[in-house]
Amino acid sequence: MSIATAPSKLLYTGPDWDFELIKRVHGAIDEIAIEEMGLDPYPNQIEVITTEQMLDAYASTGMPLFYRHWSFGKHFARNEAMYRKGYQGLAYEIVINSNPCIVYIMEENSATMQTLVLAHAGYGHSHFFKNNYVFKQWTDADGILDYLEFARGLIAKYEDRYGQEQVERVLDAAHALQSHGVHRFPRKRMPDLRSEERREEERRRHGEQLFNDLWRTVPTGQKRKASDGEEAKRKTLLGLPEENLLYFLEKTAPRLKSWQRELLRIVRLINQYFYPQRQTKVMNEGCATFTHHRIMNRLHEKGQIDDGSFLEFLHSHTSVVLQPAFDDRRYSGINPYALGFAMCNDIERICTKPTDEDREWMPDIAGKGDAYGALRDIWANYRDESFISQYLSPQLMREFGLFRVVDDEDEDEMNVAAIHDERGYRKIRRALSKHYDIAYRDPDIQIVDVDLAGDRKLILHHRVMDGLVLEEVDTQKVLQHAADLWGYDVQLLEVDDAGDELAEHTASPRGGLG
Amino acid sequence: MHIIDRRLNPGGKSFANRQRFLRRARAQVRKAVRESSSHRSIKDAGKGGEVSIPAGGVHEPVLRRSSEGGVRDYVLPGNKKYIAGDTIPRPEQGGGQGSRASDSGEGEDEFRFALSDEEYLDLYLEDLELPDLAKRQIAGAHAVQWRQAGFSSDGPPARISVPRTLRHSLSRRIALKRPKPEETQALREEIERLEREGGHFDELIKLRADLELRVLRSKRIPYIDPVDVRYRRLESTPKPIARAVMFCLMDVSGSMNEHMKDLAKRFYSLLYLFLNRRYEHVDVVFIRHTHEAQEVDEQTFFYSRETGGTVVSTALFKMEEIVRARYPVSDWNIYAAQASDGDNTSSDNAVVLQQLRDVILPICQYYAYVEVGMDDEEDAPASSGEPSTNLWRAYRRVSDDAPFAMRKVRHRRDIYPVFRELFSKRPEGVGADA
Repeated sequence: MSIATAPSKLLYTGPDWDFELIKRVHGAIDEIAIEEMGLDPYPNQIEVITTEQMLDAYASTGMPLFYRHWSFGKHFARNEAMYRKGYQGLAYEIVINSNPCIVYIMEENSATMQTLVLAHAGYGHSHFFKNNYVFKQWTDADGILDYLEFARGLIAKYEDRYGQEQVERVLDAAHALQSHGVHRFPRKRMPDLRSEERREEERRRHGEQLFNDLWRTVPTGQKRKASDGEEAKRKTLLGLPEENLLYFLEKTAPRLKSWQRELLRIVRLINQYFYPQRQTKVMNEGCATFTHHRIMNRLHEKGQIDDGSFLEFLHSHTSVVLQPAFDDRRYSGINPYALGFAMCNDIERICTKPTDEDREWMPDIAGKGDAYGALRDIWANYRDESFISQYLSPQLMREFGLFRVVDDEDEDEMNVAAIHDERGYRKIRRALSKHYDIAYRDPDIQIVDVDLAGDRKLILHHRVMDGLVLEEVDTQKVLQHAADLWGYDVQLLEVDDAGDELAEHTASPRGGLG
Repeated sequence: MHIIDRRLNPGGKSFANRQRFLRRARAQVRKAVRESSSHRSIKDAGKGGEVSIPAGGVHEPVLRRSSEGGVRDYVLPGNKKYIAGDTIPRPEQGGGQGSRASDSGEGEDEFRFALSDEEYLDLYLEDLELPDLAKRQIAGAHAVQWRQAGFSSDGPPARISVPRTLRHSLSRRIALKRPKPEETQALREEIERLEREGGHFDELIKLRADLELRVLRSKRIPYIDPVDVRYRRLESTPKPIARAVMFCLMDVSGSMNEHMKDLAKRFYSLLYLFLNRRYEHVDVVFIRHTHEAQEVDEQTFFYSRETGGTVVSTALFKMEEIVRARYPVSDWNIYAAQASDGDNTSSDNAVVLQQLRDVILPICQYYAYVEVGMDDEEDAPASSGEPSTNLWRAYRRVSDDAPFAMRKVRHRRDIYPVFRELFSKRPEGVGADA
């Protein structure tokens, strides 16, 4: 103990922690994050939980409260079995995009891990949630917990009133369709009556001003075929084509009862809330990992944590950002933590110590100096796909040894299409960014028509890319759910760019829904 | 910043979800339990454990692309030797190193998870088609007895022990020198007497001061103080601890097939579960017999094959021998369960009956005989219209008031009725004595 000679600046020693320590650590982190890095996170609400509660939280996609459904029980059972056998560890924390930002920390964590977790979740993720445009556009951090509470209560009420099985059938169907239950583009707001009236008035006045009797005498061309117009008008009225299957069914399925529509709506809205997270996995983890790495380093430099703690941190940090090579037994895709962290570091390097190559590739940030400013700007205005296509530098591609393999079913062997060299950089970057593009990753399925004159069959198209058709068994099951909701036949055609039909799936409703 | 300690929040938030999951997969889980129970030891019959069910029933379908065909491209890290234009042979399973191929394990065929003890037992008993009451008796909590065990300083008013409280009060009053009421009374009378007589001023002043002091003291020192109060304390003790031994006797000659052995095993398991709830310690002894009897371990008992004739009495003699050697009747409750397909050498029947009546039944709490049969006609009543077997006819002659039950069992659901007698309360109480 060196207390006798100089007042120790250490925040803690040893692995034990208590609430006072958390407060001290939080204060120290706050200083670095806000003053040095200029982060702008939500206020934090730190909740200490046990292992079992962590498993509980896992089962409901990390949210503290969720409506009840058997699938969550299934996930809990699997996670628990995996955890008990030691196949899978538990996360050190879970963070929720809400205001205040809720950070769950496990009681088993050591003091160093708690520090790391606070920096990672409470500052890194929280800053990202608050500032990234995708989150700003799509999620309501203030309202999500209230909404979940409402949803849980409402669904419980429906279960009492209509029976668990009835509710479960609708939820099953909604869950099956939920990957195609998000709006990918902000929609035009429906004008309300008053603004509609005002616009009508403006249009009339405009018409009066422009009135000229001469126009009447100008010969008009042949009128377009009425049926074409009718067809288009009918589709517009139905809001077709529509890629948000759940939304369409909720609004137009003829046989659903209002409580069933409400269930679809709940699943759809909750899923929409998670939509930004799927688009920003690399950036989000990159931002959080970069933040905790920087904060831990600064704490160590300032003498606030000792060497032992710092080594403990490095040990855990390196295993988080480990990227095994493709031929490694541990390889399971590109690690978003590794890629995100490497890219953030790389951006900092480009800002402060650019090479000629960097100046050529990223003139907008190379040598700008203010790395934190550049990073904050990037964290706010990109998502994974655009982030990678803009900021994956040739140097990083070389470091990762990225290469692109094309596997064409018509060829005998797979073909290495590009590697990390002058000719390949752009190709790899484009290919990788495409992998993070949700529009490319999820099959493009749209509702294109309804046979209103005939048997009310709902017609869906899957626009096939690169000959990748849908998985047969699952598709049939999902379609069955869709048919149950729609109440009449549903047909899914798989069409490629040339307009050829590659496959067709149909399903008829089983009845008994509601 | 707030810190909230959620550790004390009630856990098991997923409990409702788990119930829903089990309900949904009930049929499959029950099947899995049936399968797993057939290859576990009898003693593990009531323990939870891992089961696996086909993933199909609880699969959550999503719209996703097939993992075969088409043109796919991958961006992979860790290139060491490839240059553009190289070709790589396609790996065996089509999907390539696919970043997409392993979709969080959703595609696996089996779904494994752990069942708790209660869940397992519940499903196991449900599979045996036990009535609810019997299920509760097996699965229910340990029976406890409340016993008077000393005194405590707190408790409900109804349990106040008056003698003990007064005894404390008395000793406290003595220790603190609380004036006795009769002495105070005597003093008062003395003062009155002196006042009536007149004079004695000095004495009166002294006596009055004394009285005042005494009154004050008896006010300050209450007759009964909260510290005196004692309550009769109760202690929970488990029902009388006793030991039981369970003999499993089985005919293992060639005519016993797998189905019959499975029925027998279920019967033994259920008996074990039942005994295990009643007794702190249960020993299980396995005796198999053909024309001669052997004591064997469980594995051998159920799974090894023997050939030979069938002489049932050998098993009974073996049992008697073991009881004499290791399980003195004064210390052990003895249960026996015999399973057989009913074959016996005709000349042996008389010996069996005599041994049973004279030796075995007098030392047994209960002796159950199940005659297992083929499950060829599901709905046929178990014991009608078929020729009764050798052994059945012999056992029919055992008198009614002996602790003896016999049943024919062809289906799992027939097993429970054998136990009805065990579960029903008998006047002397089964196994209440040790």
